[in-house]
Amino acid sequence: MDEFRTPLSRVKGLGSAKEGTTHFWRQRLTALVLTPLLLWFCFSLAAMPVGHATLVAWIAQPAVAVALILLIFASFYHAQLGLQIIIEDYVSTHSTRTISIIGMSFLCLLFGIIGVVAVLKIALGT
Amino acid sequence: MTAHSKLPLSPHLQIYRLPLTALLSVIHRATGVVLGLGCLILVWVLAAAANGPEAFEPAFQHLASWYGQLFLFGMTFSLYLHFCNGIRHLFWDVGMGFELETVAKTAKLVFVAATALTIATWLVVIFVE
Repeated sequence: MDEFRTPLSRVKGLGSAKEGTTHFWRQRLTALVLTPLLLWFCFSLAAMPVGHATLVAWIAQPAVAVALILLIFASFYHAQLGLQIIIEDYVSTHSTRTISIIGMSFLCLLFGIIGVVAVLKIALGT
Repeated sequence: MTAHSKLPLSPHLQIYRLPLTALLSVIHRATGVVLGLGCLILVWVLAAAANGPEAFEPAFQHLASWYGQLFLFGMTFSLYLHFCNGIRHLFWDVGMGFELETVAKTAKLVFVAATALTIATWLVVIFVE
């Protein structure tokens, strides 16, 4: 098979999808970022007296707001990458597969932005 | 492949034994999807909190109810299972822990660690209340 590939394509090593290990790599990077963030998030929420006032006061701290925005961004990015793999594995019809991936990606983006805006709204107090 | 192929079929999935490692692989995917839904709930709660105490109240009531607490507990366990097995994957990515005995051992470790983290988190919840 090698004779059908140009030397340039072999050197680039990007494969038939033309993106090489980008998808895989971003899945790992988001996982790495989420590892400390999730432990912090779970135990912070667990240790918080429940109620609107305490939650809002917590999010209003700049460091917490930054960490939460990073958490939301990394979570939805990681979810988009993972769900894309699942759709590619189980949806075999090409058109349905493409439409599912586009729809799922847009939903991840939309809900990620809603989450970030909600945090910003609380943090900036408007 | 045609639907009425006369070719012999290989044994179907249910013929094979499902080892813990394979089960964990399935669980990793399933919890991934579950956590995607969890992200939506998180955004819903954040948006409700951003809209003021009155808007937050119904969301809070749902989460404080028995089904809300059950949901949050399930979400915690799903998260820690995905979290621990994800770390197992990260070790594999740097080439560590590929020996068969190690793979089987770390699979068990994932269940133990996820259970311990879930219990620890909810103990904190109970002690704060």
